Amino acid sequence: MAKRAAPEVNAGSMADIAFLLLIFFLVTTTIETDSGLNRKLPPMEDQVDPPIIREKNIFTVLVSKNDQLLVEEELADIADLRSLAIEFLDNGGGVGDEACSYCEGAKDEASSDNPDKAIISLKNDRETSYKVYIAVQNELVAAYNDLRNREYAKLFPNDGINFVEAQKTYDDPRTSGELREELRPKLDQVKARFPQKLSEAESTKSN
Amino acid sequence: MSKFKKKKGGDLPAISTASLPDIVFMLLFFFMVATVMRDSTLMVVNKLPAADQVQKLDKKDRVMYIYAGKPSSRYQDKYGVSARIQLNDKFASVSEVGAFILAERASKRQELQNVLTTALKVDSDTKMGLIQDIKQELRKVSALKINYTTRVGDYTQNLN
Repeated sequence: MAKRAAPEVNAGSMADIAFLLLIFFLVTTTIETDSGLNRKLPPMEDQVDPPIIREKNIFTVLVSKNDQLLVEEELADIADLRSLAIEFLDNGGGVGDEACSYCEGAKDEASSDNPDKAIISLKNDRETSYKVYIAVQNELVAAYNDLRNREYAKLFPNDGINFVEAQKTYDDPRTSGELREELRPKLDQVKARFPQKLSEAESTKSN
Repeated sequence: MSKFKKKKGGDLPAISTASLPDIVFMLLFFFMVATVMRDSTLMVVNKLPAADQVQKLDKKDRVMYIYAGKPSSRYQDKYGVSARIQLNDKFASVSEVGAFILAERASKRQELQNVLTTALKVDSDTKMGLIQDIKQELRKVSALKINYTTRVGDYTQNLN
Protein backbone atom coordinates (compact mmCIF):
# COMPACT_ATOMS: atom_id res chain seq x y z
CA MET A 1 0.00 0.00 0.00
CA ALA A 2 1.27 3.45 -0.78
CA LYS A 3 2.57 5.36 2.18
CA ARG A 4 0.57 8.47 2.73
CA ALA A 5 2.61 11.56 3.59
CA ALA A 6 1.51 13.40 6.70
CA PRO A 7 -0.15 16.65 5.72
CA GLU A 8 1.92 19.69 6.43
CA VAL A 9 0.78 21.83 9.33
CA ASN A 10 -0.28 25.25 8.22
CA ALA A 11 2.12 27.77 9.67
CA GLY A 12 0.35 30.79 8.29
CA SER A 13 -0.92 31.95 11.66
CA MET A 14 2.47 31.72 13.31
CA ALA A 15 3.16 35.37 12.55
CA ASP A 16 -0.12 36.40 14.13
CA ILE A 17 0.66 34.49 17.29
CA ALA A 18 4.14 35.99 17.48
CA PHE A 19 2.76 39.48 16.93
CA LEU A 20 0.29 38.96 19.72
CA LEU A 21 3.04 37.96 22.12
CA LEU A 22 5.23 40.83 20.96
CA ILE A 23 2.50 43.37 21.59
CA PHE A 24 1.80 41.89 24.99
CA PHE A 25 5.44 42.32 26.00
CA LEU A 26 5.61 45.81 24.55
CA VAL A 27 2.68 46.89 26.67
CA THR A 28 3.54 45.25 29.98
CA THR A 29 7.26 45.95 30.19
CA THR A 30 9.46 48.99 30.43
CA ILE A 31 13.10 49.62 29.67
CA GLU A 32 14.37 50.40 33.13
CA THR A 33 16.99 53.05 33.82
CA ASP A 34 19.19 51.50 36.43
CA SER A 35 22.10 53.86 36.76
CA GLY A 36 22.67 57.01 38.71
CA LEU A 37 24.82 58.89 41.16
CA ASN A 38 25.38 56.93 44.34
CA ARG A 39 25.54 59.03 47.47
CA LYS A 40 25.66 58.41 51.14
CA LEU A 41 23.64 60.52 53.55
CA PRO A 42 25.13 61.59 56.87
CA PRO A 43 23.70 59.74 59.87
CA MET A 44 21.06 61.51 61.91
CA GLU A 45 22.61 61.60 65.34
CA ASP A 46 24.51 64.79 65.93
CA GLN A 47 28.12 64.48 66.79
CA VAL A 48 28.86 65.60 70.32
CA ASP A 49 31.77 67.75 69.41
CA PRO A 50 32.20 68.18 65.69
CA PRO A 51 35.81 68.13 64.56
CA ILE A 52 37.29 71.53 63.95
CA ILE A 53 37.85 72.02 60.24
CA ARG A 54 39.84 74.93 59.01
CA GLU A 55 38.11 77.26 56.65
CA LYS A 56 40.72 76.76 53.95
CA ASN A 57 40.01 73.04 53.83
CA ILE A 58 36.38 73.57 52.92
CA PHE A 59 35.31 74.20 49.36
CA THR A 60 31.83 75.66 49.47
CA VAL A 61 29.51 75.26 46.55
CA LEU A 62 26.12 76.89 46.81
CA VAL A 63 23.34 76.56 44.29
CA SER A 64 20.98 79.47 44.78
CA LYS A 65 17.25 79.52 44.30
CA ASN A 66 17.73 81.00 40.84
CA ASP A 67 20.00 78.07 39.95
CA GLN A 68 23.08 80.25 40.05
CA LEU A 69 26.30 78.78 41.27
CA LEU A 70 28.41 80.30 44.01
CA VAL A 71 31.80 78.68 44.41
CA GLU A 72 33.78 79.95 47.40
CA GLU A 73 31.45 82.95 47.60
CA GLU A 74 32.00 83.90 43.98
CA LEU A 75 29.70 83.50 41.03
CA ALA A 76 30.89 80.73 38.76
CA ASP A 77 29.79 78.78 35.74
CA ILE A 78 29.07 75.05 35.94
CA ALA A 79 31.49 74.48 33.08
CA ASP A 80 34.35 75.69 35.30
CA LEU A 81 33.27 73.80 38.39
CA ARG A 82 35.17 70.63 37.63
CA SER A 83 38.51 72.37 37.16
CA LEU A 84 37.96 74.54 40.25
CA ALA A 85 37.23 71.46 42.35
CA ILE A 86 40.27 69.63 40.98
CA GLU A 87 42.43 72.65 41.74
CA PHE A 88 41.18 72.66 45.31
CA LEU A 89 41.46 68.92 45.95
CA ASP A 90 44.82 68.54 44.29
CA ASN A 91 46.35 71.60 45.93
CA GLY A 92 48.36 69.88 48.66
CA GLY A 93 49.45 73.04 50.43
CA GLY A 94 50.25 71.29 53.72
CA VAL A 95 53.75 71.05 55.16
CA GLY A 96 55.39 68.44 57.37
CA ASP A 97 52.94 65.73 58.39
CA GLU A 98 50.23 67.22 56.27
CA ALA A 99 52.22 67.33 53.07
CA CYS A 100 50.83 65.51 50.08
CA SER A 101 53.46 63.65 48.08
CA TYR A 102 51.33 62.80 45.05
CA CYS A 103 49.47 66.09 44.60
CA GLU A 104 50.25 68.04 41.47
CA GLY A 105 48.48 71.25 42.40
CA ALA A 106 49.72 74.74 43.05
CA LYS A 107 50.61 74.12 46.73
CA ASP A 108 48.79 77.32 47.58
CA GLU A 109 48.78 78.00 51.31
CA ALA A 110 45.34 79.52 51.20
CA SER A 111 43.80 76.36 49.75
CA SER A 112 43.48 72.79 51.04
CA ASP A 113 46.27 71.04 52.97
CA ASN A 114 45.84 67.60 51.46
CA PRO A 115 43.08 65.59 49.78
CA ASP A 116 42.33 63.73 52.96
CA LYS A 117 41.41 66.97 54.71
CA ALA A 118 39.73 68.67 51.78
CA ILE A 119 35.98 68.72 52.07
CA ILE A 120 33.54 69.86 49.47
CA SER A 121 30.41 71.29 51.01
CA LEU A 122 27.45 71.41 48.68
CA LYS A 123 24.54 73.56 49.74
CA ASN A 124 21.33 74.30 48.00
CA ASP A 125 18.19 76.28 48.44
CA ARG A 126 14.72 74.77 48.71
CA GLU A 127 13.88 76.45 45.42
CA THR A 128 16.88 75.07 43.55
CA SER A 129 15.82 72.88 40.69
CA TYR A 130 16.77 69.23 40.83
CA LYS A 131 18.31 69.07 37.37
CA VAL A 132 20.83 71.80 38.13
CA TYR A 133 21.62 70.18 41.45
CA ILE A 134 22.32 66.90 39.65
CA ALA A 135 24.50 68.70 37.12
CA VAL A 136 26.55 70.15 39.98
CA GLN A 137 26.78 66.80 41.77
CA ASN A 138 27.85 65.24 38.50
CA GLU A 139 30.67 67.72 38.02
CA LEU A 140 31.91 67.27 41.58
CA VAL A 141 31.92 63.49 41.23
CA ALA A 142 33.68 63.97 37.90
CA ALA A 143 36.41 65.97 39.65
CA TYR A 144 37.03 63.09 42.05
CA ASN A 145 36.91 60.56 39.23
CA ASP A 146 39.40 62.55 37.14
CA LEU A 147 41.87 62.68 40.01
CA ARG A 148 41.38 59.03 40.87
CA ASN A 149 41.90 58.09 37.23
CA ARG A 150 45.17 59.98 37.28
CA GLU A 151 46.33 58.26 40.46
CA TYR A 152 45.28 54.86 39.17
CA ALA A 153 47.32 55.41 36.01
CA LYS A 154 50.29 56.51 38.11
CA LEU A 155 50.13 53.56 40.51
CA PHE A 156 49.20 50.80 38.10
CA PRO A 157 50.37 51.92 34.67
CA ASN A 158 50.33 48.40 33.28
CA ASP A 159 46.67 47.69 33.90
CA GLY A 160 45.48 49.46 30.80
CA ILE A 161 42.25 50.54 32.45
CA ASN A 162 41.37 53.60 34.47
CA PHE A 163 39.80 53.91 37.89
CA VAL A 164 36.23 54.29 36.68
CA GLU A 165 36.46 51.20 34.50
CA ALA A 166 38.10 49.24 37.30
CA GLN A 167 35.34 50.25 39.69
CA LYS A 168 32.74 49.26 37.14
CA THR A 169 34.33 45.85 36.70
CA TYR A 170 34.45 45.45 40.46
CA ASP A 171 30.77 46.35 40.86
CA ASP A 172 29.65 44.08 38.05
CA PRO A 173 28.09 40.97 39.59
CA ARG A 174 29.43 38.87 36.71
CA THR A 175 33.05 39.60 37.62
CA SER A 176 34.83 36.56 39.02
CA GLY A 177 35.91 36.38 42.64
CA GLU A 178 39.63 36.32 41.90
CA LEU A 179 39.53 39.42 39.73
CA ARG A 180 37.56 41.17 42.40
CA GLU A 181 40.11 40.23 45.06
CA GLU A 182 42.81 41.55 42.80
CA LEU A 183 41.05 44.84 42.15
CA ARG A 184 39.92 45.63 45.68
CA PRO A 185 43.29 46.61 47.21
CA LYS A 186 44.08 48.72 44.15
CA LEU A 187 40.78 50.55 44.33
CA ASP A 188 41.14 51.06 48.06
CA GLN A 189 44.60 52.47 47.60
CA VAL A 190 43.41 54.99 45.02
CA LYS A 191 40.35 55.88 47.07
CA ALA A 192 42.56 56.49 50.11
CA ARG A 193 44.52 59.02 48.10
CA PHE A 194 41.44 60.96 47.13
CA PRO A 195 38.68 60.07 49.56
CA GLN A 196 35.31 61.38 48.45
CA LYS A 197 34.40 63.91 51.11
CA LEU A 198 31.37 65.52 49.64
CA SER A 199 28.95 66.80 52.23
CA GLU A 200 25.37 67.54 51.32
CA ALA A 201 24.32 69.94 53.99
CA GLU A 202 20.74 70.64 54.86
CA SER A 203 19.32 73.38 52.75
CA THR A 204 19.36 76.99 53.70
CA LYS A 205 16.06 78.62 54.39
CA SER A 206 14.46 80.32 51.46
CA ASN A 207 13.93 84.02 51.92
CA MET B 1 4.32 23.84 -30.67
CA SER B 2 7.40 25.23 -29.22
CA LYS B 3 8.81 23.87 -26.07
CA PHE B 4 9.71 27.30 -24.77
CA LYS B 5 6.32 28.75 -24.27
CA LYS B 6 6.26 32.44 -23.68
CA LYS B 7 5.38 33.17 -20.11
CA LYS B 8 1.91 34.45 -19.89
CA GLY B 9 1.26 37.86 -18.38
CA GLY B 10 3.73 40.04 -16.49
CA ASP B 11 2.49 39.15 -13.00
CA LEU B 12 5.00 39.39 -10.24
CA PRO B 13 5.09 36.33 -8.02
CA ALA B 14 3.69 36.89 -4.52
CA ILE B 15 6.32 37.86 -1.98
CA SER B 16 6.95 35.03 0.38
CA THR B 17 5.98 35.82 3.95
CA ALA B 18 7.43 32.63 5.30
CA SER B 19 10.14 34.50 7.19
CA LEU B 20 7.74 36.94 8.81
CA PRO B 21 7.27 34.81 11.94
CA ASP B 22 11.04 34.61 12.33
CA ILE B 23 11.38 38.36 12.18
CA VAL B 24 8.61 38.90 14.66
CA PHE B 25 10.02 36.27 17.00
CA MET B 26 13.37 38.01 16.82
CA LEU B 27 11.75 41.29 17.90
CA LEU B 28 9.84 39.47 20.59
CA PHE B 29 12.98 37.95 22.08
CA PHE B 30 14.74 41.29 21.97
CA PHE B 31 11.99 42.90 24.00
CA MET B 32 11.79 40.00 26.40
CA VAL B 33 15.50 40.27 27.13
CA ALA B 34 15.92 44.04 27.17
CA THR B 35 12.93 45.03 29.28
CA VAL B 36 11.53 44.26 32.68
CA MET B 37 7.97 43.91 33.87
CA ARG B 38 6.37 47.09 35.08
CA ASP B 39 5.77 46.77 38.78
CA SER B 40 4.08 50.04 39.56
CA THR B 41 2.18 52.38 37.33
CA LEU B 42 3.85 55.71 37.17
CA MET B 43 1.52 58.46 38.32
CA VAL B 44 4.02 61.29 38.13
CA VAL B 45 5.87 62.90 35.27
CA ASN B 46 9.26 61.25 35.35
CA LYS B 47 11.75 62.81 33.01
CA LEU B 48 15.04 62.01 34.69
CA PRO B 49 17.96 64.46 34.60
CA ALA B 50 21.15 63.51 32.76
CA ALA B 51 24.55 62.75 34.25
CA ASP B 52 27.63 61.03 32.91
CA GLN B 53 29.51 59.98 36.06
CA VAL B 54 26.97 57.29 36.79
CA GLN B 55 27.34 54.00 38.55
CA LYS B 56 25.14 51.03 37.97
CA LEU B 57 22.44 50.35 40.47
CA ASP B 58 22.62 47.27 42.63
CA LYS B 59 20.60 44.13 41.89
CA LYS B 60 16.91 44.77 41.73
CA ASP B 61 16.03 43.02 44.97
CA ARG B 62 18.29 45.39 46.90
CA VAL B 63 16.68 48.57 45.70
CA MET B 64 13.71 50.52 46.98
CA TYR B 65 12.20 53.05 44.61
CA ILE B 66 10.80 56.44 45.51
CA TYR B 67 9.27 58.44 42.69
CA ALA B 68 8.62 62.16 42.77
CA GLY B 69 7.45 64.78 40.34
CA LYS B 70 4.38 66.57 39.11
CA PRO B 71 1.29 64.36 38.87
CA SER B 72 0.80 63.23 35.28
CA SER B 73 -1.85 65.04 33.29
CA ARG B 74 -4.74 62.70 34.03
CA TYR B 75 -4.22 63.04 37.78
CA GLN B 76 -3.80 66.79 37.76
CA ASP B 77 -7.51 67.53 38.21
CA LYS B 78 -7.51 65.62 41.42
CA TYR B 79 -4.05 66.20 42.85
CA GLY B 80 -3.00 69.56 41.43
CA VAL B 81 0.23 70.40 39.69
CA SER B 82 2.67 70.73 42.56
CA ALA B 83 5.27 67.99 42.87
CA ARG B 84 4.27 64.88 44.82
CA ILE B 85 5.89 61.73 46.07
CA GLN B 86 4.76 58.37 44.76
CA LEU B 87 5.35 55.25 46.80
CA ASN B 88 4.31 51.95 45.21
CA ASP B 89 1.05 52.74 43.44
CA LYS B 90 -0.18 55.80 45.24
CA PHE B 91 0.67 59.35 46.10
CA ALA B 92 2.10 59.85 49.54
CA SER B 93 3.08 62.67 51.81
CA VAL B 94 6.60 63.21 53.10
CA SER B 95 5.74 61.75 56.51
CA GLU B 96 4.86 58.38 54.94
CA VAL B 97 8.32 57.86 53.48
CA GLY B 98 9.78 56.54 56.73
CA ALA B 99 7.05 53.95 57.19
CA PHE B 100 7.40 52.90 53.56
CA ILE B 101 11.13 52.33 53.94
CA LEU B 102 10.66 50.31 57.12
CA ALA B 103 7.96 48.18 55.49
CA GLU B 104 10.11 47.59 52.40
CA ARG B 105 13.08 46.72 54.55
CA ALA B 106 11.07 44.24 56.59
CA SER B 107 9.89 42.52 53.40
CA LYS B 108 13.45 41.80 52.23
CA ARG B 109 15.57 38.87 53.24
CA GLN B 110 17.54 39.22 56.46
CA GLU B 111 20.96 39.35 54.82
CA LEU B 112 19.89 42.05 52.39
CA GLN B 113 18.43 44.39 54.97
CA ASN B 114 21.71 46.18 55.59
CA VAL B 115 22.72 46.66 51.98
CA LEU B 116 19.56 48.24 50.64
CA THR B 117 19.78 51.28 48.41
CA THR B 118 17.04 53.84 47.96
CA ALA B 119 16.72 54.95 44.37
CA LEU B 120 15.27 58.42 43.99
CA LYS B 121 13.58 58.69 40.64
CA VAL B 122 12.79 62.34 40.60
CA ASP B 123 11.58 64.42 37.71
CA SER B 124 14.15 66.99 36.59
CA ASP B 125 11.82 69.97 37.10
CA THR B 126 11.24 69.28 40.77
CA LYS B 127 12.45 71.74 43.38
CA MET B 128 15.10 70.61 45.83
CA GLY B 129 12.87 71.35 48.83
CA LEU B 130 10.88 68.16 48.31
CA ILE B 131 14.02 66.10 47.86
CA GLN B 132 15.52 67.65 50.96
CA ASP B 133 12.44 66.55 52.90
CA ILE B 134 12.73 63.01 51.54
CA LYS B 135 16.41 62.93 52.47
CA GLN B 136 15.59 64.01 56.02
CA GLU B 137 13.03 61.22 56.31
CA LEU B 138 15.53 58.70 54.99
CA ARG B 139 18.07 59.82 57.54
CA LYS B 140 15.54 59.35 60.32
CA VAL B 141 15.13 55.67 59.43
CA SER B 142 18.86 55.45 58.64
CA ALA B 143 18.43 54.46 55.02
CA LEU B 144 21.62 56.25 54.14
CA LYS B 145 22.57 54.70 50.83
CA ILE B 146 20.80 56.61 48.13
CA ASN B 147 21.03 56.79 44.40
CA TYR B 148 19.88 59.72 42.32
CA THR B 149 18.69 57.82 39.28
CA THR B 150 19.63 59.60 36.09
CA ARG B 151 19.74 59.12 32.39
CA VAL B 152 23.17 58.72 30.89
CA GLY B 153 24.01 61.92 29.08
CA ASP B 154 25.94 65.13 29.24
CA TYR B 155 25.19 67.41 32.19
CA THR B 156 24.64 70.41 29.91
CA GLN B 157 21.28 68.89 28.91
CA ASN B 158 20.07 69.83 32.38
CA LEU B 159 20.84 73.49 32.07
CA ASN B 160 18.18 74.73 29.70
